[in-house]
Amino acid sequence: MSDLPLLKVNALSKFYGSRIGCQNVTFELWPGEVLAIVGESGSGKTTLLNCLATRLAPSAGSVEYRMRDSQFRDLYRLSEAERRFLMRTDWGFVHQNPADGLRMTVSAGANVGERLMAVGDRHYGKIRATATDWLGRVEIAEDRIDDQPRAFSGGMRQRLQIARNLVTNPRLVFMDEPTGGLDVSVQARLLDLLRGLVSDLGLAAIVVTHDLAVARLLSHRMMVMKDGHIVETGLTDRVLDDPQAPYTQLLVSSILQV
Amino acid sequence: MTELATYNFAYLDEQTKRMIRRAILKAIAIPGYQVPFASREMPMPYGWGTGGVQVTAAVIGPKDTLKVIDQGADDTTNAVSIRAFFQKTANVRVTTRTAEATIIQTRHRIPEAALQTGQILVYQVPIPEPLRFLEPRETETRKMHALEEYGLMHVKLYEDIARHGHIATTYAYPVKVEGRYVMDPSPTPKFDNPKMHNSPALQLFGAGREKRIYAIPPYTEVVSLDFEDHPFEIQTFSQPCALCGAKGSYLDEVILDDKGGSMFVCSDTDFCEVRQEKGHRGHLAANPAEAAE
Repeated sequence: MSDLPLLKVNALSKFYGSRIGCQNVTFELWPGEVLAIVGESGSGKTTLLNCLATRLAPSAGSVEYRMRDSQFRDLYRLSEAERRFLMRTDWGFVHQNPADGLRMTVSAGANVGERLMAVGDRHYGKIRATATDWLGRVEIAEDRIDDQPRAFSGGMRQRLQIARNLVTNPRLVFMDEPTGGLDVSVQARLLDLLRGLVSDLGLAAIVVTHDLAVARLLSHRMMVMKDGHIVETGLTDRVLDDPQAPYTQLLVSSILQV
Repeated sequence: MTELATYNFAYLDEQTKRMIRRAILKAIAIPGYQVPFASREMPMPYGWGTGGVQVTAAVIGPKDTLKVIDQGADDTTNAVSIRAFFQKTANVRVTTRTAEATIIQTRHRIPEAALQTGQILVYQVPIPEPLRFLEPRETETRKMHALEEYGLMHVKLYEDIARHGHIATTYAYPVKVEGRYVMDPSPTPKFDNPKMHNSPALQLFGAGREKRIYAIPPYTEVVSLDFEDHPFEIQTFSQPCALCGAKGSYLDEVILDDKGGSMFVCSDTDFCEVRQEKGHRGHLAANPAEAAE
């Protein structure tokens, strides 16, 4: 890990009128680190994630990102062109519903290749070879490369969405409930795959989830949110094994034991 | 003359023509950029060339000579009625000869004969947005044009190759104009794309229903998009025109009987007729001696 953070978030707040989306969030994310944001429904997890990923303008505070030239830039002072370029090269965003992140009417190969073509790749053979390679890495059979995602199962779609995001070797990936809506065995496989990819590629990731098991498996560090505020933050194992805040204690003790 | 009501010259009122000319000037200043304009109701249905007719009406003058083609032909319904429309409302000279025309309104073809300086080619455009079938949101496609995000256009070509083994788009083949805007050349066959590049004529595109005008000024770079390992290619035909024997012109298939018989003839009727007058003969051409009897 580098000695400089990748992302610096300072007093970030988002208000919906008088209602609080998230308030006064401050943290830093280091390269290669996986941070989980957990909390119950309506606690502001997704609002925070969208503010970080420039999908939603915050009401106050700043988000600084260390670009590839090691300069920190305030994301909300970037031009729209720079921001969109960043989003499709250096970042990934994995939606809960794969249909939001995929082009459902073009083939799997084109879905993976789109980012390559967007950054100027103009060699069909190379694009296809890269797409084939990535489909293999997310365990999608090579002969499905020309099928549309609508012919895929939920788990395959989610894996395809991950491949589509990782093809440009991003440094930071945002994930919004990446395993939501998948059955338990598919979830387990996806988590295993994600864990492998994140450690192989040295990705930094911010994962929003309400599932503490997902946080336990994937993340190094976690933040617990309640009513738009961060109530506790720390190493994942520490927070889950020795919760300090009353709300975290409640959350951890409410996990069903099978 | 005892007419009670007459049309203004070329049907449209002067204020409307002024508005359209302003859009045209802007379109010429930014080659390939789609300029919105306040498209009018025309006395013809959408899809029949309302955009092209408005552009022609705005640029035509009493001294102009008009030619109208539909799929290359001067004698099809659309071409005949638009030609008659301007004869009636503007009383301009009309012709079927490409070389004699100062304004050529076209639907789906560029004439085979090379265009000259001073000529204006007006295209009738059904869907001006090349990204439309990939990205349905107008707000998003405008942003993509503004930020020059054209990766999606190649996704379409990728899909073609993945499905068919080659770029199967044969018409409305996307081009990049002057290294900046990606443009839909209207549903002309890709055979005609190279003719747009560095053409000495002014090319104007009007989409009536979609309310957009765009343009390619004379001598502008127009490049068809492709992949390095799948370069842009135009259609080729295995046989010459059955009437004039031309090789290397764009051919239409004409059904001859109900037993599967057909012939291939030039889609550009004027080009074909001029060649036949000069004595070129295809294998199915009528014998002039027999025809005279």
